[in-house]
Amino acid sequence: MLGVNVRRPATGKPPSRSTSAFRRRIVVGLLVVLALGLITFSFRKPDSGPIASAESAASTALRPFTIAGERVAQPFRDVYGWADSLLTARSDAKRLREENVAMRQQVIQNQFAANENDKLKALLAFRDGPRFPDDYTGLAAAVIARPTGSYAQDVVVAAGSNDGVALDAPVVTANGFLGRVTRVYSRSSRVTLLSDEQLAVSALDVRSGAGGIVKHGRASASTLIFDRVPKKLKVSVGDTIVTAGWRSSKLASLYPKGIPIGRVTSVGQADTDLWKQIQVEPFADFDRVDAVLVLVLKDGQK
Amino acid sequence: MSPVIGVRVALIVFLIAILQVSAFSSVGIGGGRPDVLLVTLVSIALLRGAVTGAVSGFFAGLIVDVTTLGTLGLTALLLTLTGYWAGRYGETTGRGRKHAPLVATLAATIFVELGGYGVQSMLGEPVSVRVVLVSLPAALVWNAILAYPIFGLVRRLVGTPERVERAREVELLV
Repeated sequence: MLGVNVRRPATGKPPSRSTSAFRRRIVVGLLVVLALGLITFSFRKPDSGPIASAESAASTALRPFTIAGERVAQPFRDVYGWADSLLTARSDAKRLREENVAMRQQVIQNQFAANENDKLKALLAFRDGPRFPDDYTGLAAAVIARPTGSYAQDVVVAAGSNDGVALDAPVVTANGFLGRVTRVYSRSSRVTLLSDEQLAVSALDVRSGAGGIVKHGRASASTLIFDRVPKKLKVSVGDTIVTAGWRSSKLASLYPKGIPIGRVTSVGQADTDLWKQIQVEPFADFDRVDAVLVLVLKDGQK
Repeated sequence: MSPVIGVRVALIVFLIAILQVSAFSSVGIGGGRPDVLLVTLVSIALLRGAVTGAVSGFFAGLIVDVTTLGTLGLTALLLTLTGYWAGRYGETTGRGRKHAPLVATLAATIFVELGGYGVQSMLGEPVSVRVVLVSLPAALVWNAILAYPIFGLVRRLVGTPERVERAREVELLV
């Protein structure tokens, strides 16, 4: 009689401990090698070759499921957004009223400046690069997938090359600049956000004209810094930062001039630094982006 | 593992992977996001063992990589190792312990976040360890809150296998 309570399978002999361990190690070893192989192929040829084709096909096959998941989640996100906005409604209303007064005065001044600018440009026969939003059409697309890890700052949108999306196309939201298209498939595209480490955009201060580069912040993924601004130039808290959209003889910025990026929240400078230290709060909410506009140049524009 | 349980595990992994990339990843409070897929994978591995954990992790990661158009195989590698480790933990040290789901979930969260950073760095991708470290505490809190409810749900759906044990001692009655 056995001293302990033991359950045995109805048929067959239980696998020995060494056989079970061997099988286990073989399975995990094969999966790890397979994953490493996929990483190698995917990294070496991210946009071409059989692995990229297979990924594109699989992505297209899974697209209806991600769109369905997105639609199921949308009402819950709306409820969360509504509840969140209720908490800040009073302070938002006060801030917006103050902004409204300031902007009303600004609009009148801008109208005078714009009229004067048009006349001067006509006199000089001035040639300019493409501007946002006049020279672009926006291709609206829903965000259908987001990465699971915090080390990746990109989203997948439900528009691809079939819809007219091109690699490196700038992407905006209703609030401001969001990022750039970094991978295009037939029916979906990956947009790398400005909060990602590998993205930076040449920008300027609308008020003072100070130029620099806006890139990810050090503190968190949703804070930006306005870097490479010489100390002698003036930048103040509250200034609006927009894309610079520069153009030289053969080269041009990927991004058109005038897309709002964010507002300056702090300005500092140290004796040992070459540049000013400027923090920018982005207009676009990188953490809660549901729909985007992919900018496509209008016909005839280059 | 019976075919019925296998199909259930596959369906759970597929469904949760799709919901993770399309819905849960957009929920961000306190700088972190809940990783329901990771917690589900840890629960499956604890309940069904290392092999099921590793295979589930591989396919879950592959779905994530394909749907997010990321580097193919990266998430698959991380989740394969996570599933395998959680399964081994469930089969050995964590077996029958009430704190096992919580401990395994926290360890898996740290491994996936830092492991993702490590692999990206090795591939030469510019990634910020500061961003990972800032979001890690919130991710740990989120996943810790989800650990027991998801473990309970997964246990109801896939059950626990009957353990085949060898008798360690024999008592002779004369």
